[in-house]
Amino acid sequence: MDYFLSEEQVMIRDLARQIAETKIEPVRAELDENETFPHEIMKSLAQSDLFGIVIPESYGGLGLGCLENCLAVEELSRGCCGVATTFAASGLGAYPILLYGNEMLKQKYLPRIASGESLAAFALTESTAGSDAGGIQTSAAVEGDHYVLNGAKQWITNGGEADIYSVIVITDAAKGGRGASALVVEKGDPGFSFGKKERKMGIRASVTRELVFDGCRVPRDRLIGKQGTGFLATMRTFDSSRPGVGAQAVGLAQGALDVAVKYAKTRIQFQAPIISFQAVQHMLADMAVSIEAGRALVYSVARFIDGHPKGDVSKASAIAKVFPTDMAMKVTTDAVQILGGCGYMREYPVEKMMRDAKILQIYEGTNQIQRNIIGQALNKEYTRRK
Amino acid sequence: MHVVVCLKQVPDTRNVRIDPITNTLQREGVESIVNPFDLYALETGLGMRDRTRGRVTVLSMGPPQAEQALREALSYGADEAVLLTDRSFAGADTLATARTLAAGIRRLGDFDLIVCGKQAIDGDTAQVGPGLAEKLGVPHVAFVKTIECLEEGSLIVHRMMDDGYDRVRISLPALITVVKEIGEPRVPSFKAKVRARKHPVQMWRLQDLGLSSNEVGLTGSATWVERIFAPEPRGGRELLEGDSAQQATALLQRLKQRRVVKLS
Repeated sequence: MDYFLSEEQVMIRDLARQIAETKIEPVRAELDENETFPHEIMKSLAQSDLFGIVIPESYGGLGLGCLENCLAVEELSRGCCGVATTFAASGLGAYPILLYGNEMLKQKYLPRIASGESLAAFALTESTAGSDAGGIQTSAAVEGDHYVLNGAKQWITNGGEADIYSVIVITDAAKGGRGASALVVEKGDPGFSFGKKERKMGIRASVTRELVFDGCRVPRDRLIGKQGTGFLATMRTFDSSRPGVGAQAVGLAQGALDVAVKYAKTRIQFQAPIISFQAVQHMLADMAVSIEAGRALVYSVARFIDGHPKGDVSKASAIAKVFPTDMAMKVTTDAVQILGGCGYMREYPVEKMMRDAKILQIYEGTNQIQRNIIGQALNKEYTRRK
Repeated sequence: MHVVVCLKQVPDTRNVRIDPITNTLQREGVESIVNPFDLYALETGLGMRDRTRGRVTVLSMGPPQAEQALREALSYGADEAVLLTDRSFAGADTLATARTLAAGIRRLGDFDLIVCGKQAIDGDTAQVGPGLAEKLGVPHVAFVKTIECLEEGSLIVHRMMDDGYDRVRISLPALITVVKEIGEPRVPSFKAKVRARKHPVQMWRLQDLGLSSNEVGLTGSATWVERIFAPEPRGGRELLEGDSAQQATALLQRLKQRRVVKLS
């Protein structure tokens, strides 16, 4: 397929592919098995400039868009979804600053994220708040020139490894949704600590920790946007990032198809390679069809988002997450099926891919929440049409 | 520090053909890559450049399409690139190649360190690096696996040996050839890739180097390829058993059988 990518976009894709093939694939099984954080790979990604894809050139980035980010994330995920999650989560942490931060915050933090010198993280989820962001309890009270934070964030990707955290807190409990704000908290801020590293089913190269704020004091100039715009910043952040999760799914599924086809060509049963059997051919064909559909969708939505920087892209963005991630779950499951007993063994990469796929249906808004977003948008659209 | 990294564009050895008449490698139609060992040399050069805030020039001798290999080196972050290319350079052996590269480096001017890969995967001679050092009259250490430190005017390096390594101090300017243990090549950067598309690769021809045509290429070579063939498989191997006396007797018997020794 030719998606009419520009020369720059091809360069981004090829660079990410080179990193996946030379730096990620040789170590992915070991990273998964030992739950090791990929410091060396992060260094390579920093060297490659890819951390700066969506950050403007004036802040040391490449000034490119959602599509270029999707191309990079897709190729990295083809190598290892856990590594790609670490990479993408840094972008997620940067978005609130990029979209709502003032000039001072942008100048202070974006160059460090773009160069890969620092990882970023985004912190929304709590024990009482996931799909329901209204359940947030972490509070930030003004005391002189500072905010004082109390509470805990749960399951934060890059927790402990990142230096820069975009944290959603309640600054005015009485105002409900309009009482949330986004703040930058830095590793090392007084009263900020990390809980234990979570043990996960998949994406085990990525790190997930609890963030604990115990009278954590941050200067008031760390406020992203205005007080009360925390939920807006969250929604806009997810609108920008969700196609990236779709791209992870496309890359992961493609990686699984790569393994499944190679295996089917070499596995002999009944004196013939199993790819010669129609039952296997049809499974592989369905995998290829759904991957290409997912890819075409992700690229189209990414282009749409890049073309409508101020528009309402929530529905399209949710569509670009929900379809590819459900697809990746099915494709990776089928890849395990094609490899049969081998597929179930940890010696082969597809069982890891199947475990990795599951998180894509859960994080950055479960696929049920995505369907809520799409359904509500449809309701609004068709009301307007009357 | 000005580091010169020499690199060679080679046919991807997974797909090599040999010209049946000249017995040289046929490069047309075969995918070309940067000699993998030279990527380690490039990484070494870039590392030294980064440590000393110096610059890296990549140098190659080859046909015009070798420009692609130099552009690849630029995408890894090399500062400048020079290609020595002239029809008269074709068919060079290691001596003529070293002579031509030496002339190129003299034209570049001052340098502190030359880094080469230990050998190219097509010819596998490992001679051009040391030969180049001789032509330039600078010291060299081959098969370097570690650069321990850079001191005023000298380097301390570890030379890989079969049974360990030698620790060698070498005064600069100097040439080293490196093995893969020196460290994995970095990845290209996007900004360097963008720059590499447009950055000029200087093309120097015979007349730019102050050499005569009988010093370069096939005519300037001391050796030529007579024949290329797949080596015959080695003969069988037999392990002699028993104590020393029995083994000696058995050995003598076999040597006699093959008329290697004559004993009454």
